Amino acid sequence: MSQNGHKVIGTRPIRHDGVDKVTGRAIYGADIQLTGLLHGAIKRSPHPHARIKNIDTSRAEAHPGVRAVVTAHDLPQIADKLADLGEAIVNLRDASNNVLAYGKVLYKGHAVSGVAAINLHVAQEAVELIDVEYEVLPHVTGVLEAMEDGAPILHEDMKTTSMGEETDKVSNVANHFQHKMGEPDDGFAEADVVIEREFTTQTVHQGYIETHNATAHWNEEGQLTIWTSTQGAFSVRDQMSEILQMPVSKVKIVPLEIGGGFGGKISVYLDPVAALLSKRTGHPVKMTMTRDEVFEGTGPTPGSYLKVKMGATSDGRLTAATAYMAYEAGAYPGSPVGAGAGCIFTPYDIPNVQIDGYDVCVNKPKTNAYRAPGATNAAYATETVVDEISEKLGVDPLEFRVKNGAKEGTRRADGPVHPRIGCIETTEAALNSEHYRSSLAKSGNGKVRGRGVASGYWFNFNGGRSAISVSINPDGTINMLEGSTDIGGTRASIAMQLAETIGLEATDIKPYVVDTDSIGYTDVTGGSRTTFGTGYAAHATGQALIREMKERASKLWDVPADAIDFEDGVFSYRDDAEKRGSFKELASQAGDAGGPVVAQVSTNPDGSGGGAFATHVVDVEIDRETGKVDILRYTAVQDAGTAIHPSYVEGQMQGGVVQGIGWGLNEEYIYNDEGSMTNASFLDYRMPTTLDLPMIETIIVEVPNESHPYGVRGVGEVPIVPPPAALANAIYDATGVRLRDLPMSPPRVQKALAENGG
Amino acid sequence: MSKKVHVQTTINGEAVDFLCEPRNSLLEVLRDDLDLTGAKEGCNNGNCGACNVIMDGRLVNSCCVLGVEADGCEITTIEGIGSAANLHPLQQKFLEHAALQCGICTPGFIVSAKALLDENPNPSEDEVRYWLAGNLCRCTGYDKIVRAVLDARNGA
Repeated sequence: MSQNGHKVIGTRPIRHDGVDKVTGRAIYGADIQLTGLLHGAIKRSPHPHARIKNIDTSRAEAHPGVRAVVTAHDLPQIADKLADLGEAIVNLRDASNNVLAYGKVLYKGHAVSGVAAINLHVAQEAVELIDVEYEVLPHVTGVLEAMEDGAPILHEDMKTTSMGEETDKVSNVANHFQHKMGEPDDGFAEADVVIEREFTTQTVHQGYIETHNATAHWNEEGQLTIWTSTQGAFSVRDQMSEILQMPVSKVKIVPLEIGGGFGGKISVYLDPVAALLSKRTGHPVKMTMTRDEVFEGTGPTPGSYLKVKMGATSDGRLTAATAYMAYEAGAYPGSPVGAGAGCIFTPYDIPNVQIDGYDVCVNKPKTNAYRAPGATNAAYATETVVDEISEKLGVDPLEFRVKNGAKEGTRRADGPVHPRIGCIETTEAALNSEHYRSSLAKSGNGKVRGRGVASGYWFNFNGGRSAISVSINPDGTINMLEGSTDIGGTRASIAMQLAETIGLEATDIKPYVVDTDSIGYTDVTGGSRTTFGTGYAAHATGQALIREMKERASKLWDVPADAIDFEDGVFSYRDDAEKRGSFKELASQAGDAGGPVVAQVSTNPDGSGGGAFATHVVDVEIDRETGKVDILRYTAVQDAGTAIHPSYVEGQMQGGVVQGIGWGLNEEYIYNDEGSMTNASFLDYRMPTTLDLPMIETIIVEVPNESHPYGVRGVGEVPIVPPPAALANAIYDATGVRLRDLPMSPPRVQKALAENGG
Repeated sequence: MSKKVHVQTTINGEAVDFLCEPRNSLLEVLRDDLDLTGAKEGCNNGNCGACNVIMDGRLVNSCCVLGVEADGCEITTIEGIGSAANLHPLQQKFLEHAALQCGICTPGFIVSAKALLDENPNPSEDEVRYWLAGNLCRCTGYDKIVRAVLDARNGA
């Protein structure tokens, strides 16, 4: 038994889909084989910004083995319409134009045409035979350059919305918003220390190992089926319905196993093209991206410019903070600057705050969600300024954070008031950790060492819609159908909550992720919502089953249902100790008392997903000659509310940390003067490998989320937020030089040390 | 399209013949023609290791080997390393240590780790990290993968 009296929650069972995944048996999107299958490929723009004057597909169509070629003219042209895709609000006209460019291409890699052929090689040959005539236009890839008057304009009809009102100004700034609380000027006047700094971050990619894929079959009755790897099958159904202008009832999405997403596998890219090609040919069509297509043709997370100013009194109290945040949206509006603004000062209780956010179009791929979207950029700025203030005041940076930490009742600058949160508890756990208490030995090899800390916040979405359908087998096991795609162990975390509720073992539940015709609408696996939101539905399902089993026992025992108790997994009649049975014992008889036992539950909880807070501690060693930063030790501390399966909570923390390390030290889209990404491969983009890292230590703090029956908070996203700032603070500790531009790659570190004599 | 070539191999202990175009990679043949989809394509240029197989005792990226080059070779894929009823110790340790999240890189890691333990049954953590640096995982941060491999030492 684990703590808190739970039998299943807090234990570490082997995940239900584990054997399939270690034996190679699990079927991912690209693994599907169908009779008569054709293979598709995409023609992409070589220019970052150009008008499409003509597309001639005749040579491609005449190529032996080619079955169909499509362009944007085969897509219905749809009006502006906003839709919530789970982690972002998207304009569906833009979504359609991003799938196949109409009129203009807005980034290198923008899809312009699709081909279906008898095999992939023939399709790729045909792509080379599509002749596109372009009028090349001037391009802009940097956020500040794109905001300047006279910058090349991506959307001639787009006027800046400012403070909620559309202006007459045509510019690349899609939106400017402001959050204000108190009077920042007064707050800075009270402060004894005021620090204002500028920061830049570069475009980075989620880097999931599985490339995007979609296999479509549009049959003669007009029914479209798509097999794909997605974070949200129903979101894909909605997007297909809108982009292809067909009723949702004509679209079925079959979610196959998904090889990583991190927010990047919500928007559709290939799916509508594969559908058009299938409609044209009458055959199923499979499309998969190459790795360079993933880098250049899907949504990374934005580069950004931030200016942050914070002030504190000499007794260590934050009085005011302001932020100017300009985020690249990419080709179409919709950067995560709004989410970043909601997170930027949230670990702190600051009375006077002003935040100005700018969503700016540039000639890069349309950005997309990436694990706590917008928050990592923001924390890089705030957390290094907080480090500087702590140093000026001569206080320990974690003690400063505890003293100024947000707690229940603290208001966020963007409005909401915190419910019960674990911000201070998390920071205190870091402060008291063995790692932070240990002393950092000096390097014996001429290198320098330093320690850094940083905190981070992510909202965790408020539950969302989830559906679960169960049937009880006579042997007492339960088949559990769910709509949440399993991206990293949620079959287990949801099944465990059902098992806990009805007194079974995790292995007694058989979870299945099913297609959109087989379960109620379920929102995306994103926003750290699944173990919270679908787990909430699992608890409700357990409650429904208990009620139903009491009814069955009532019939079997001929006693009133309301006189039957359920405790410790056993049903019993209050007035006769003989009349009792476990869930399993009753399951074997229940079918005789009213037919098979089933339950269907859908939920959309009102409460909070439970804000997530993290504090990280890192020790680094720096080679002054090369500028390379090695990580000696890393500890991540995080409030998980209640850890359902601690191993997978640790895994989320470790994985998020390492993505944050990659973002902090090495990863970036490197653009040349032609607006072309020059490092669109894993070799050159260079994500962290085993050799770059130590073990990642974890400390799970549990401050229960009052909005969930078991206290669950989402855990997936916040661990990516602190690492770049923690690393910058460690580099400063080691060298005396502050780095305010990401990534802090060897050339940048080397240059900064040379310039600053560090 | 060029003329297909007849290739004779041994895959997971069984004689397997196939026809392929000279331009087809071994990965394509395994996945598209032989229904061995445990090897995954993450990059198709040898950077991620998701397609790794053991060929005549050597760890290779099957995306960087041509199907025709496999003629006369013995190949072990993830499907040949263990089955649900008879898991290899590495597979068991990956499960126990929760060393996978999305699972797409897992077959490649297990094949690579098997090749390591075949060559060095008792590697140090540094040796494990050095050997596995050719396999990318984006979910786990590698901690639990390295622990699983260390825990499988000598049991393999």
